[in-house]
Amino acid sequence: MRYLYYPGCSLKCTGRSYEESLLAVLKALKIDFVELNDWNCCGATAYMAVDESKAFAIASRNLALAEEQFKNEKEIHIIAPCSACYMVLLKTQNYLAHNAGEMKKIQSALKESGLSYEGKVKIRHPLDVLVNDFGLKEITKAVKHHLKGIKVASYYGCQTVRPLATFDDAREPVSMDELVRAIGAEPVDWPLKTRCCGASLTGIIEQVGLPLSYIILHEAAKRRADVVITACPLCQFNLECYQTEINKNYQNDLRIGVIYFSQLLGLALGISPKELGMQRLFVKPEGVYKAVKGGETVYV
Amino acid sequence: MGKTIDVKTFALNGTANGRGEIHRRIKYESELSRDFKEKIAEIAYGEKLYSCIQCGTCSATCPVSHYMDYTPRKIIQMVREGFKEEVLSSSTVWLCASCYSCTVECPKGIKITDVMYALKREAISSAYHSKHFPASVLANSFFKQVLDHGRNSEGPLLLKMYLKTNPFMLIKNMKLGFKLWKTGRLSLKTEKIKNKRNLNKLLKNIEKAEEAEAK
Ligand code: SF4
Ligand code: SF4
Repeated sequence: MRYLYYPGCSLKCTGRSYEESLLAVLKALKIDFVELNDWNCCGATAYMAVDESKAFAIASRNLALAEEQFKNEKEIHIIAPCSACYMVLLKTQNYLAHNAGEMKKIQSALKESGLSYEGKVKIRHPLDVLVNDFGLKEITKAVKHHLKGIKVASYYGCQTVRPLATFDDAREPVSMDELVRAIGAEPVDWPLKTRCCGASLTGIIEQVGLPLSYIILHEAAKRRADVVITACPLCQFNLECYQTEINKNYQNDLRIGVIYFSQLLGLALGISPKELGMQRLFVKPEGVYKAVKGGETVYV
Repeated sequence: MGKTIDVKTFALNGTANGRGEIHRRIKYESELSRDFKEKIAEIAYGEKLYSCIQCGTCSATCPVSHYMDYTPRKIIQMVREGFKEEVLSSSTVWLCASCYSCTVECPKGIKITDVMYALKREAISSAYHSKHFPASVLANSFFKQVLDHGRNSEGPLLLKMYLKTNPFMLIKNMKLGFKLWKTGRLSLKTEKIKNKRNLNKLLKNIEKAEEAEAK
């Protein structure tokens, strides 16, 4: 089966290494995909705050483009790795499916601009595709370096599993933890998996955003995690790039790598850190590197 | 016609604002915006708002409720009672990070996050809105950028927002910006889609449909 890939704006900029690592992993596992032609921004959280109908319209343009590009395929599955994109696309589809009037309005507006949307697209998170389509057993088979001894705190953030995802639980998600186990590492049991990182508040109202990120990092460190893995470019940014600022404000000596789940998986699959975009990290996940060094299975 | 009265009482145990004070605002019926709740209830599943039992689950699960002027539970009640001015000028709507915890946990299925979005939209188009509140400036700049180019470019977006709201933050964040640039994670280039005409046409069509609806 072939998938459509919807990168979204962040994965082309601050979240570049999410794209680099995810695509490298898909290629290594021979999962076939192609980028959505001329996709536009999903609207994220900001668009909805200004104009509701336009927010649903721009999001649905992407769904219409998907139906056009894959009109000859049996099924249309679109992979949206960014949490905000994933949630916005899901929400748009859900809303239109339950709101005949709005659906008609959007459909005719799309039609007049030469597109059509019938609701055939399935929106998928890459975790869902890896764990449920490809399968954990297959992943274990493909692993070159079992990351034995590495403790991993899986951090899902808000919008990956809330409020509409069906592939995992909204309160106690497990898919990333299962993935961690499948590559030989050890998932950390902790209560903050879906606690908010501060989202776009961290960059604009520090006194509100920073403590939220701090709580998460502090708890992960307390539980002796070697690394935190995320599935969202904004979570990764907040938790990694503000560590200096967090230490300054809370007089702590926190230093913990925060990487994408696809980077950890990529390392286990034997992909080089460079191909996974890991040179872009501010905080190097030393513990993880140690476990894969030498190109052979390393037991720490 | 009455006048709004602010009342200050003291909590016997437990503190409302750290000093033991509880602030209450009393209004005469004639001062309330009775149609406010109906406007907000227009959104999808908005009518659920009326079934709120004031249990406070939303406030308890909200990660930023203790920074807000009014907690999410209070906001829901104030919307229902018609405290329009207080709600739309509050920090609450702009501090909501859209984390959806409240929405998932509410025992009555109220989509509180969507209510917050509706309030953001109302606030922007109302007179009670501070043009310099960074979260709303960010939302607005983001909106314009996507309108103009079809995509969001993080570098130019943040630059614009800092210049408009707090140039001091820009200087403070220079070092971070430089580090991001060095690692290839920040660019000042504006990202664009190819078929902008198609997007424009779509948005125009939506506008037309809305105008027709309004008539
Ligand atoms: S959780 Fe729901 S029912 Fe309870 S106070 Fe909040 S909105 Fe009302
Ligand atoms: S969605 Fe907004 S109001 Fe609801 S819990 Fe999250 S931050 Fe609080």
